[in-house]
Amino acid sequence: MLNDFTFSSDQAEPAVRCRNVTKTYHSNGTDVPALRGIDLDVQTDELLMLVGPSGCGKTTLISVIAGILDHDGGECRIFGREVNKMPERQRTSFRGENVGFVFQAFNLLPTLTAAENVAVPLLINGAARRDAIERAEEALRRVGLEDKFGALPRNLSGGQQQRVAIARALVHGPKLIVCDEPTSALDHETGRRVMELLREVAVGPDRALVIVTHDARIFEYADRIARMDDGRITKVDESHLLETSSAA
Amino acid sequence: MNLIALKMLVGDRLKYVSLVAGLAFAALLITQQASIFTGFARQMSAWIRDTSVADLWVMDDQVQFVDDFKPMSEQRLQRVRGIEGVAWAVPMYKNYLQVQLPDGTRVQCRVVGLDDASLVGAPPVMAEGQLSDLRRDRAVFINIDHAKTTLAQRRAGNVPLKVGDRLAINDNEAIVTGTYRATREFFWDPVIYTTYSRAMSWAPPTRKQLTFILVKVRDDVSPQVVAERIRATTGLTALTNDQFSAGTTSDLLDRTGILVNFGITIALGFVIGVLIAGQTFYMFVLDNLKYFATLKAMGTKTVTLVKMLFLQTVTVGLVGFGIGAGAAVVSGIALSKVGLAFQITWPVVLGTVVAIILCCGAAAMLGLNRVIRLEAGIVFRS
Repeated sequence: MLNDFTFSSDQAEPAVRCRNVTKTYHSNGTDVPALRGIDLDVQTDELLMLVGPSGCGKTTLISVIAGILDHDGGECRIFGREVNKMPERQRTSFRGENVGFVFQAFNLLPTLTAAENVAVPLLINGAARRDAIERAEEALRRVGLEDKFGALPRNLSGGQQQRVAIARALVHGPKLIVCDEPTSALDHETGRRVMELLREVAVGPDRALVIVTHDARIFEYADRIARMDDGRITKVDESHLLETSSAA
Repeated sequence: MNLIALKMLVGDRLKYVSLVAGLAFAALLITQQASIFTGFARQMSAWIRDTSVADLWVMDDQVQFVDDFKPMSEQRLQRVRGIEGVAWAVPMYKNYLQVQLPDGTRVQCRVVGLDDASLVGAPPVMAEGQLSDLRRDRAVFINIDHAKTTLAQRRAGNVPLKVGDRLAINDNEAIVTGTYRATREFFWDPVIYTTYSRAMSWAPPTRKQLTFILVKVRDDVSPQVVAERIRATTGLTALTNDQFSAGTTSDLLDRTGILVNFGITIALGFVIGVLIAGQTFYMFVLDNLKYFATLKAMGTKTVTLVKMLFLQTVTVGLVGFGIGAGAAVVSGIALSKVGLAFQITWPVVLGTVVAIILCCGAAAMLGLNRVIRLEAGIVFRS
């Protein structure tokens, strides 16, 4: 059954299609339902933001969408593939080829240079080191860090580290990019520049971008905003409609 | 991914140095103590190896080690000479006698009397004089190192003994006519060589004075066969050089407890290596768990993470072993210069390698468990 959060079958296959996705955590004899039947589509060439209070299930949903976490019920297809039905090795390979990550705390390996950090997804997928570094340097140029190839993360500002992380998320040409609070560790101005960069380089005709965030200041960069509460999608708005309704 | 593994390891300088230091210490302790033990063990049979001209040592059946003197009667020599397969057999006297040095210092020495005709069993290398000088009147040979140490004239201010000095061996005058070099022994009493007949005349008169019979076997017979014949015919013990060496070493190790003491030290070195390496490497894994999870999230297979972990442990193991074993060799060279026992052999090196591998394996196991059970989802938990 379709709702406001999904697209009709007449439209192109979405990048991510979730139908009645459920997930329950079992801890100390207690069952904690994190997702209570999620129906959500994410299209290519779209930036979707997931917002909601802490504990509403955003991280769980993004983990399911990224293929990191198995869901208990329902269906979640990423580019037409049911990832949770794949064997572990296949799922890991799928993730390595098709998903890019941008983390809240950047998660750059502290002992690798910026170029080496960006090259990691390519090395994971078996690229030769020289080729991987060349492509990594190209990705760093795209994010405006052409003079930071050899810099260690500790010698970069927060904004620069996040740009390195964005370059890392893009370098292997993934079709889905998942961002967890990409601006929460940054000041407003830096966060704004990071979001502009994401819109510029990450969103594309063959790629979908899903961002989990609390930061209302960056809502304007989203194509759609899905609100979550208590494990459910409660509302999905076009971001410009959100501004309009807020103004009203 | 190998480069990433190594950079992660070396980048955490403190833990890397701690890991290497722990394994190096273990390697040093194990290699050094095992080498000292090997040195001691080889010293126990050094005199046998230096005297290994003959094929068989024949002795009283109650002799347990090389300096456990249990004399036989002279008739035994003739019986042994008559056994099928014996090419020749010569007598050797060896026993403790009191020696008085020129300044009056008295030293208990092991006097060795060699067959007058053949001088079989003579010292391996002469430093001063020639072997034939032993046939001169009242001639004795002394160890050139002992001349400066255990045979030094303490009453005269540690004046070394030299060629030409006169000694009193069991109140019989002897003249130092030569010095020799020999492998350092486990026992410290000096060894003085003379002829068999002279030794007989100097030793206290007893019914039995023959200590060893040195036997050369004919080329067409194996020493083991002749040894068995000697045992069967005479009831005496007949051993090859290797058998006598091994038996002496084994008996002395039993008597002294050296094996247990060194074993404890070596075991402690191993335990220290495991504890330091294990704890430090586990902490390294915990500190880097977020990054391992990030790699896993980005598509690194668990088996690849495991390989990275093993590469890291092998690397610290190799570096630690190299430093530790190298330091052991350097210390061994220094120890050898002051005359202490140190013998590094391939079994010692191999044993140390195995020990370090086990240390690294133990270190890896602790961290491995965390990495294998790692959920990539932790990357989204700040």
